[in-house]
Amino acid sequence: MATPSLLLLLADGRFPAGAHAHSGGLEAAVAAGRVTDLVSLEAFLAGRLATAGLVGAAFAAAAHRVAVDGAVDAAESADAVGSTARTGMLARSAVRSCTLAQLDVELDARTASPTLRTISRRQGRALLRAGRAIWPDAPFGDLPATSDGVHQPLVLGQLCAAAGLSRVETATVAAYGTVTGAASAGVRLLGLDPYQVQALLVGLAEACDGTAADAAQAADDPPERLPAAAAPLADIHAEIHATWEVRLFAS
Amino acid sequence: MRALARLVARADGRGGTVLVELHSETPLLLRQTPTDDGVATVHLVGGAAGPIAGDDLRLEIEVGPDAAVRVHTVAASIALPGRPGAVSRMAVRAEVQAGATLHWLPEQLVAAAGCAHLAESRIGLAAGASLRWRDELICGRYGEAPGGAVVHTQVDYAGRPLLRQSLAVGPQAPGWAGPAVLDGAPATGSLLVVDPSRPAEPAYVRSDVTAARLPLAGGPATLWTATAPDAHTLRAHLTG
Repeated sequence: MATPSLLLLLADGRFPAGAHAHSGGLEAAVAAGRVTDLVSLEAFLAGRLATAGLVGAAFAAAAHRVAVDGAVDAAESADAVGSTARTGMLARSAVRSCTLAQLDVELDARTASPTLRTISRRQGRALLRAGRAIWPDAPFGDLPATSDGVHQPLVLGQLCAAAGLSRVETATVAAYGTVTGAASAGVRLLGLDPYQVQALLVGLAEACDGTAADAAQAADDPPERLPAAAAPLADIHAEIHATWEVRLFAS
Repeated sequence: MRALARLVARADGRGGTVLVELHSETPLLLRQTPTDDGVATVHLVGGAAGPIAGDDLRLEIEVGPDAAVRVHTVAASIALPGRPGAVSRMAVRAEVQAGATLHWLPEQLVAAAGCAHLAESRIGLAAGASLRWRDELICGRYGEAPGGAVVHTQVDYAGRPLLRQSLAVGPQAPGWAGPAVLDGAPATGSLLVVDPSRPAEPAYVRSDVTAARLPLAGGPATLWTATAPDAHTLRAHLTG
C-alpha cells in the first residue's frame, strides 16, 4: 500500500511534469469573456470536473487497473495453459500492452480537438520522463510506443500503480489535477484573491471525491464503455488558444 | 411506448438504392420520399408526442455496400417528462458498409423542463463508408430551463474507435451551463462528416469562439461542434 506521503507527492502541483504550465482551457475562456470573476470560475471548474475531470480520472483508473489487476487475469490464463514462468510473464505484458493501446485510441475518440490530443500526449511524455527516473523498475514499457507520446491519464495511472496507490487514490489524483491547475491559473489570469480561490476549491472537494469514486467504478467497464463526457467549449477554447502567438499558458 | 423501427438499404446495381426493408412501429413511422439523386430518402414521422419519459424507442439502419440513404425527420422532437423516475430513450443503431453513405440529418431534439431523456447513437462504419451525422440539442423550450438530457454518440470506423461523446445537460449535470461546457448557450450540436475520398480539413475556429471544425484521429473524419443562441444560428454552423 502507498503511504499518505506518496499520495500527496503525486497530487502535488510541484511534481516535475509541467502541470503548472497549463490552465486547463481557462486562459481562452477568460479571453472570450466567459470567466470574469469567482462565480464564473467556480462554474468553469464544476463543468471541467464533470467532463474532462471524469474522463481523465476514469482513464487513469483504467490504466491503473491494467497495471494491477491486468497482471493477475493474464497470470491465471497463462497458468491454465501450463506455460512456464517466463512465457507467463511475457503473456501478462502482452495483455497489458494490448489493453493500454486500446485505452489510448479510446481516449483519442473522446478528444475531438486535435490541440487537446497533442497537449495530452505532450503532458503524458513529460510525466513518463519523471516516472521512469523515479521508478526505474516499473513496467512503463507496456505503454504504447507512439512517437508523439501517450495520453497523460494513461501514464498517470501507471505511475500511481508504481507508487502503490489504490485505484480510487489514482482517480482522485487525476480529478484533483484537472481543477487545481485551472484554479491557480485563475489567480494569475484574473488577479483573484488566492484565499477566495482556495475556498472555492475546498467547496469543490466533495464533488472531486465523488467524481473520483465514479471514475474508479467506471474503470471496471470495457474501454469502449468508459465515460465520454463532452464539453463543446473545451474543444473550441483549445483550438482558439492554439492560434494565439502570445499566451501565458501552454493550454 | 415501446417501438422498434428498421430500415435496410441495398444498392440496386444501377447507381441507385433500394429499400429492401422499411419497418415502422408507432411512433416511429418511416416514409420514403421521392428524390432524383439516387439517394434513398426517408422521413421519420413522429406518430405521437414526445418522447415522453418511459418511452423506449429504437431505430436500426443498415446501409449495404455502395448504397446511399438520407434520413430526415419532419419536425423537432420534444423530450417530455412522464411518470416520476422514468427515463425516455431513443436508440439509433446504424451499420454502413464499404462504399455506402448515410446522411442522418434530423431536426432538433428539444429537452423540455422536467424531461429525463437519453439519445443514444451507435454507428459502425466499414472502411470506405461515408457519413454525415448531425445532432442538435435545444436546452428547454422558449425561456425554459431544460430537464435532464444526455446525447451519447459512439462511432467506429474500420473497427477502430472514431468518436465517443456524451453531452449531458440539466439539473444532474454539474456546470453544464457554465463557461467550461456551454456558457449558457441554449443550443448546441455537432456534425460529423466521414469521407474517405477527402483528406480531413485542418482545425478552424469561428472568430466569435462559438464553433469549431475538428479533424478526428481515428479515421478520415471531421467534427463540427457549435454552441448558439438559437436553433437557426446553430443550423447555420452545422451545414459543413
